[in-house]
Amino acid sequence: MPVRSSGFVRQGWLLAVGSFATLVAGAAQAATPGLSGEKASFPPFDPAHFASNLFWLAITFAALYWLMSKVALPRLGSILEERADTIGRDLDQATEMQAKAEEMAQAYEKALGEARKNAQGIAQTARETGAKASEAQRHATEAELAAKLAQAEATIAKTKVKAMGNVRDLGSDVAVAIVTKLTGQAPSASEASAAIDQALTRG
Amino acid sequence: MAAGGGIDPIHQFHINPIVELKPFGVDLSFTNTSLWMVIVLAVVSAIMIYGSSQRSVVPGRLQSLAEMAYEFVASTMTGVMGKDGLKFFPFVFSLFMFVLASNLLGLLPGSFTVTSQIIVTAALALLVISIVVIYGVVKHGTHFFGLFVPSGVPGWLLPFMVLIEAVSFLSRPVSLSLRLFGNMLAGHIALKVFGGFVVVLLGSGAALNYAIAPLPLLLAVALTALEVLVAVLQAYVFAILTCVYLNDALHPGH
Repeated sequence: MPVRSSGFVRQGWLLAVGSFATLVAGAAQAATPGLSGEKASFPPFDPAHFASNLFWLAITFAALYWLMSKVALPRLGSILEERADTIGRDLDQATEMQAKAEEMAQAYEKALGEARKNAQGIAQTARETGAKASEAQRHATEAELAAKLAQAEATIAKTKVKAMGNVRDLGSDVAVAIVTKLTGQAPSASEASAAIDQALTRG
Repeated sequence: MAAGGGIDPIHQFHINPIVELKPFGVDLSFTNTSLWMVIVLAVVSAIMIYGSSQRSVVPGRLQSLAEMAYEFVASTMTGVMGKDGLKFFPFVFSLFMFVLASNLLGLLPGSFTVTSQIIVTAALALLVISIVVIYGVVKHGTHFFGLFVPSGVPGWLLPFMVLIEAVSFLSRPVSLSLRLFGNMLAGHIALKVFGGFVVVLLGSGAALNYAIAPLPLLLAVALTALEVLVAVLQAYVFAILTCVYLNDALHPGH
């Protein structure tokens, strides 16, 4: 808040100094030796000193006014203004930095959210891949096992057929021998074989 | 009591020339009043100019004092006159600081109170009133004299009202100067009288008088505290009345 005296105040000063001079002159006239000669007068009312008091008051007050208006007050005004500016600037800076910090916090928050989402995606994929892999392995193992089972079944069937063949041969031999013993005559091989087949199908 | 050895309560107001100076037969001697005016000037300048010479953003003690004075007067002025009143800021500030420093320095033992001289307070009051009148007339012309015509007064009452307003306006410099002068004078006389009681009681030699001698001393101590308050208050009153009168010159319509 710099305060400058207006042109009027400066002119007013000239006027004031002029009127002071008039007052001093008037007081000097009042302070004739006859008046100031009275010793009993109360000093603040003694006109003998009016001229000197006014003269020195005019000088000191004018000097004070000049020093204040030219040096002290503009300087103080600029100091206060500068301080207000500094405080305002600091406050602005603080607001700016706060905004920046908030922005950064938001960015961080966002990055964090994204990372979380990514992590979820990765976990999902990993889980799916793992599931698929284990599924495939299971399928492979099952197929292998099935193949082995089929092979074993085939071997069993073959052995069974073979065993059954042996049983038939043995049966036909036994049947021929029994018939030969009972009848005393050996049946022909074709007869025997037909009879055995008949018996086997009957169960 | 003057003959009784230096406890004349009026003695402190005597003006004694230090350097005789009489150009053209006019007595302009450098007196003890002048000396204390120069001391006031030096003290105020020291506080305001030396105090602000550091120009630091974070003020020291003296700079804080100077800033406090600046902001106090500035806020008082804007409070009474508004922002445009600040064109009188250097004037009101000088006036306030001059009166305040005179009053406070006058309380130092052995010092001289500049504002206990009626011619000094009268000159300051006349300076204020002449600035009010000259500024008012220059700025507002005849409109300034609307100050003497209150609005909303019936016609037959108007002459009386104008008369009363004029008398009250003319009595402003008188009351302004007498208030300050009277306060300073009476306070210093009272202090001197109570101080004188102590001296008289101790000088009398009677045992009872010795016993009651501390009572006026206590009163003098209490009065000193009161006088500090009065010194500051009267400077403030002088400044704020100056603001009120200047406000009339700035805004004569109100």
